[in-house]
Amino acid sequence: MTSFMLTDTTASKISSQLTHLRHQLGSPAVGMVLTLVVLCDEGSQYDAVRAATEAAREHPSRILVVITRGADEPNRLDAELRVGESTPGEVILLRLYGELTRHADSVVSPLLLTDTPVVAWWPGESPEVPAEDPVGALAQRRIVDARAATPSVRAIASRARAYVPGDTDLAWTRLTPWRSLLAAAFDQPVGKVKRGLVEGSPDHSSAPLLAAWLGERLGAPMKVAESGGPGLTAVRLTTAEGDIVISRSDARLATLSRPGQPNRQVALTRRPTAELLAEELRRLDPDEVYEAAIRRVARTHKS
Amino acid sequence: MTDQEQVGTPEESVAAASAAAVTGTTEEVVAANPLRDPRDKRLPRVAGPCVLVLFGVTGDLARKKLLPAIYDLANRGLLPPGFSLVGFARRDWADQDFAKLTYDAVKQHARTPFREEVWKQLSEGVFFCPGEFTDDGAFDALAMMLKEIDETRGTGGNYGFYLSVPPKFFPVVVEQLKRTDLAHGPAGAWRRVVIEKPFGHDLKSAHELNAITSAVFPESSVFRIDHYLGKETVQNVMALRFANNLFEPIWNRGYVDHVQITMAEDIGIGGRAGYYDGIGAARDVIQNHLLQLLALVAMEDPTSFDADSLRREKEKVLKAVQLPHDLSLATARGRYAAGWQGGEPVVGYVEEEGIPADSITETYAAIKLEIANRRWAGVPFYLRTGKRLGRRTTEVAVVFQKAPHLPFSKDDTEILGHNALVIRVQPDEGITVRFGSKVPGTAMEVRDVSMDFAYGESFMESSPEAYERLLLDVLIGDPPLFPHQREVELSWKILDPIEEFWASQGPPEEYPAGSWGPASADAMMARDGRVWRRL
Repeated sequence: MTSFMLTDTTASKISSQLTHLRHQLGSPAVGMVLTLVVLCDEGSQYDAVRAATEAAREHPSRILVVITRGADEPNRLDAELRVGESTPGEVILLRLYGELTRHADSVVSPLLLTDTPVVAWWPGESPEVPAEDPVGALAQRRIVDARAATPSVRAIASRARAYVPGDTDLAWTRLTPWRSLLAAAFDQPVGKVKRGLVEGSPDHSSAPLLAAWLGERLGAPMKVAESGGPGLTAVRLTTAEGDIVISRSDARLATLSRPGQPNRQVALTRRPTAELLAEELRRLDPDEVYEAAIRRVARTHKS
Repeated sequence: MTDQEQVGTPEESVAAASAAAVTGTTEEVVAANPLRDPRDKRLPRVAGPCVLVLFGVTGDLARKKLLPAIYDLANRGLLPPGFSLVGFARRDWADQDFAKLTYDAVKQHARTPFREEVWKQLSEGVFFCPGEFTDDGAFDALAMMLKEIDETRGTGGNYGFYLSVPPKFFPVVVEQLKRTDLAHGPAGAWRRVVIEKPFGHDLKSAHELNAITSAVFPESSVFRIDHYLGKETVQNVMALRFANNLFEPIWNRGYVDHVQITMAEDIGIGGRAGYYDGIGAARDVIQNHLLQLLALVAMEDPTSFDADSLRREKEKVLKAVQLPHDLSLATARGRYAAGWQGGEPVVGYVEEEGIPADSITETYAAIKLEIANRRWAGVPFYLRTGKRLGRRTTEVAVVFQKAPHLPFSKDDTEILGHNALVIRVQPDEGITVRFGSKVPGTAMEVRDVSMDFAYGESFMESSPEAYERLLLDVLIGDPPLFPHQREVELSWKILDPIEEFWASQGPPEEYPAGSWGPASADAMMARDGRVWRRL
């Protein structure tokens, strides 16, 4: 890996340095498919970059990491460029000081790859309306993570009010294996579901989303209950014939039980952030099913 | 049911689900599933509850490809809860022994990382049924076992039978499935049979083979595996042609000079002497893989990507294929002689173990075909395949005509060749475009350069192995990637006259191992004023 530091610099200097580095490595045209802008602070930077670089194995990207530093200091832009072995694309860490922290878009915009999608990701705290954030407005897809907010259910409800097509949430992405398994369970005849219960660790950000999705699709009331965790531990759906239950206590292997049939074990592992991110980058069109779920959370949370 | 209706309101789909729950078939239940929504693209296509019965579990294919592919599918969460795998073979084994074989195969050959919990899920549903194909008792036991699995694991009577055995065993296995009534499920359940190439060795034997399976299974339940069609790049031929507006306008005789389809292998026949001798390169590779590639490259756009429309277009173009009048001028064949391949000395074909000295089997075949339709009239398609060639590569090269007029001096464009679009199928999957570009400097000199799109660069790691995709399609019942019997027969109709001609020509011309085939293949191109691409 080649790494290069630039202090007190500008976007155009970064850009020409990148071109120079690429020529030096002998790969002037790499097949990068998108720009991923990561907006985070110094503390969460390491994990976020790691996850983004791993996701870039599946989706070669230019990764722009925007790190906000002291807003009281004099205006300054520091950059760290990483090109080469660890990732098929490029990683650029941008550290913003002073008034520049409010104008991140002026640095990000000239560094975006031409004519390819832009994805913005807030691994930690995110703006109230991501689509109106100066950097968020540059992106076609905006990824937040309700897990970072407390209480998460209020954060999800407020997302519904701020929703613009292209918004998405890693708390929703975490549910895909659960939803896939539930959908597979319904590939066999199931009677009308009367009510349901989702259990998860206290203030689990994905639990209300799963309950809302099930409620929306099954037309039945759903409740969320707390359990000892880790993560989501069970989904219980009551039908006239009995309960369909998926339970998981070790965050790895789940048990599916349904009336009149023996229990079956199914692998249901919690996925690392890199895999969640890779799933998000796979499809860049608006997720209407997510929209329906957060709108339902907003409705039920109010009442 | 259309997509529009499926979207419906949740209440409607719940009502539909309850209705289907009472009366419906497996497909109807799945279609009415209230948790599925065509807009919900995160949910993968997961196979419905089913059992896969594998005949010939101890073979190479099962150990290296099928069993690992099943694990990879489970690891990606694409197998339903309760999915069960039954092995059938002439071994005195219990379930654990087969589970052990599967475990070893997975550990050694699976593409996704090994995870204990996935294995636990899979191994719960691994069963073994010992017996000979001729033993009625063994198949009665199999039928009982499947019935029991239905009850204990909720697989709903849906069975796939994978015949990973030599074709000579097909009649007896299929007959046994019929006798035990395993070939026909109760209402609402499906039964499918999967067969591997070779689909016969000429038109007549293909007919006979088909008569055996079609007497018991309807054509819609027969899945013929040509693993090339499961490859991402081959499917990408369709994306490239029909999702873009850049290539289709020039994809015809107005712009294309000729097409070269190549499958080169660096290996010899290895331990396959018994199978290979008497079959040869053309039957082994051209009849299936290369003619399928030709069909995909040359066909008209299908009205949709469902099996019917796609197969119809492929059949149309295969029907339009014409052989040249003089086969001695438009075909070439060869067999490898001793030589050096990639830095190692290797023996010639007739010195390989198990090959008779008077063998006339070819290990290299090249043929020229024409397609008699408006799009392709006069554009030759050159197909070649061989063993012990310079290196392993499979590609389709569409070579374009030269520019009608060059406003440069003759000297400036002396080394400018034809533009070409190359679809690299394996290894290093991707697409190369070759075109002329100015050489930097003060003089105007134009030379060929290559622009490259590597699949691995834009979409890394996610591409599944061909067998994974095809097995999933079998379990879901999605047939577009499987050739229809009519395509098999049309391909034999193209190849049979060539094979007949070759049979009368004595032993094939020898070429040194590690080279690019016999001189006659180069002469065949030279007669048309063309050359093979150097690979």
